Amino acid sequence: MLDAAILGAVLASIVAAATTLLLASLGELVAERAGTLNLGVEGMMVVGAAVGYATAYGTGSLILGAIAAVLAGVMLSLVFAVLAVWLATNQVASGLATTILGLGIAGLIGSPFVGTRLDGAPELRIAGLTDLPVIGEMLFGQDAFVYLSLLLLAGVAYGLSRTRAGLVLRAVGENPVAAHALGHPVRGIRTLAVMFGGACAGLAGAHLSLAYTPFWASDMTAGRGWIALALVVFSAWKPLWLLAGAYLFGAVSILQLHVQGFGLGVPSQLLSALPYIATVVALVAISALKRGQGAPAGLGVPFVPDR
Amino acid sequence: MPLRIERQEHISGLRLTLVPLIAIAFTIIVGTVMFVALGHDPIRAFGIYFIEPLTDTWTLQELVVKACPLMLIGTGLAFCYRANRWNIGAEGQYVAGAVLGSWLALATHGTDAGPWVLPAMLALGVIGGALWGLIPAFLRVRFGASEILTSLMLVYVAQLGLDYLVRGPWRDPQGFNFPQSVTFDDVALMPLLLGEGRLHGGILIALVVIAAATFVLGRTLVGYSIELAGSAPRAAAFAGFDERRVTYGVFAVSGGLAGLAGMIEVTGTIGQMQPSISPGYGFTAIIAAMLGRLHPVLILVSSLVLALTYIGGEAAQITMRLPFDVTRVFQGTLLIAILAADVLVRYRVRRVEEVGHA
Repeated sequence: MLDAAILGAVLASIVAAATTLLLASLGELVAERAGTLNLGVEGMMVVGAAVGYATAYGTGSLILGAIAAVLAGVMLSLVFAVLAVWLATNQVASGLATTILGLGIAGLIGSPFVGTRLDGAPELRIAGLTDLPVIGEMLFGQDAFVYLSLLLLAGVAYGLSRTRAGLVLRAVGENPVAAHALGHPVRGIRTLAVMFGGACAGLAGAHLSLAYTPFWASDMTAGRGWIALALVVFSAWKPLWLLAGAYLFGAVSILQLHVQGFGLGVPSQLLSALPYIATVVALVAISALKRGQGAPAGLGVPFVPDR
Repeated sequence: MPLRIERQEHISGLRLTLVPLIAIAFTIIVGTVMFVALGHDPIRAFGIYFIEPLTDTWTLQELVVKACPLMLIGTGLAFCYRANRWNIGAEGQYVAGAVLGSWLALATHGTDAGPWVLPAMLALGVIGGALWGLIPAFLRVRFGASEILTSLMLVYVAQLGLDYLVRGPWRDPQGFNFPQSVTFDDVALMPLLLGEGRLHGGILIALVVIAAATFVLGRTLVGYSIELAGSAPRAAAFAGFDERRVTYGVFAVSGGLAGLAGMIEVTGTIGQMQPSISPGYGFTAIIAAMLGRLHPVLILVSSLVLALTYIGGEAAQITMRLPFDVTRVFQGTLLIAILAADVLVRYRVRRVEEVGHA
């Protein structure tokens, strides 16, 4: 019943769904490795989606749209950074505030565009390879966001574990007091990490509104920012596990759609709830197994230098 | 001349009460910028948003009606946040409570059930919300899973569950296929307090809850153990307070009050079940709790302020055709301003003389 073409298309859509999650969670992973828990991912993502869509619609350029989305994500992340890093406010509350504000701003920016459509980002087809059965479409028929997300993943994985900058960033997250004593600008580094998180979340939003579902709808992120946060926990703060987690969740969210399509008599709402239930189950499983191992020791603790 | 920020250990009560005022002033400034950016006269916009709703009795009643769920949920969240437990899923607990309570209304629909139905529904609302809230508490205590993320994920699950019920088993067969239940019988509806308007008895329940919470948090050992668990968990452990019991307790209270708020809203203002029963009260209540400095009586006041953003948002939607998102911008800005102002009043900027470093 499932022929190769359908299977290929399903696999390709799993990749697309996973890319949004991968981009957002990658940025959050870097922020958390530096010791800042930013619950504003959902807000930064939705602002990225709105600004990206508005810019692309106005200019006709998807690239400008994506750039604007990244900048918008960074701008909103700075609100969080000023609060949580520089004023040392409670990170949970600051992140929530960032998300609430982001949802509002995105709604304002997006409201003139409700009901419009864009031509989504084109697939970058590689002659010959895309036509391979089953895996051709999945590996070689994706849009630029997909390849960019994988490049970013490789860069983050390498940068965190193999470069001096990555070492300093991790030191800031593990033991900010010691890093400060060694002369590293803890709050500056945390700010940069939060900004990187904002950029990635903005890009994830752009992927959503420019490629994955090229239209604007209020609250179109539908909790993906929160799932991205959960994925960081699930990955035990390791970039390569993030890849596995994002694709697993991409698969859950796509397969439940296909099961809904088959109409097996299961209530559609139960299937729609699956990604959220799966997130809870994954969090519980990873917490039970690891008991918080892998979490940066300084995560969520504001750092105030003594002088 | 270098400037230095110093933390002050002793802050006067007066300075602390300034926090909400500074926050509101900051929000007004941001709001002015936003209205100008949207091409509206800010004075007229603020008039429609925040002044006009206060000028007639009908909207004043609406204000209290909208503040009622906020103060109930916000008071519950104060228990959690004082204990440093981050329940951000009150919206889901609100829905869960309303669903469990409404089950009774629908089960007794068309029978000659007596006036016991409404109190029983409210009790079920508390139970439903508390049970939904205890899930993240259990997952945290038993497995160490972050209650922040699990409580939030359960919001989506609860909303989808409600959606299933009102489109499936609970749909009114005579409802022209609209996704809504039958209208509740009179015994399942909250009595109105005044002849005209929508002010209902729920506000009296909220006032009783606030009085009780003020007493428990401020005057009892339970309140003290919650406070200590949040501010000094090690000291709390040495003092013999059971950390797990605090977690279960505060989640049960905040979930229960959110569920009660949901049930009151359905019986008091909606009168039937429908796919959406909240304009985000569960999230706005987080701001109400913060703005009210986690103190029930102040939360009562902050709930009225936040209710005003809802009413003003609706008015601005109609008269100025502003999207409702303006309200969310106001609410987000307000929370940011509270957090910042809270720090800024504790610190003072001082000029320090240059000191030579050896």
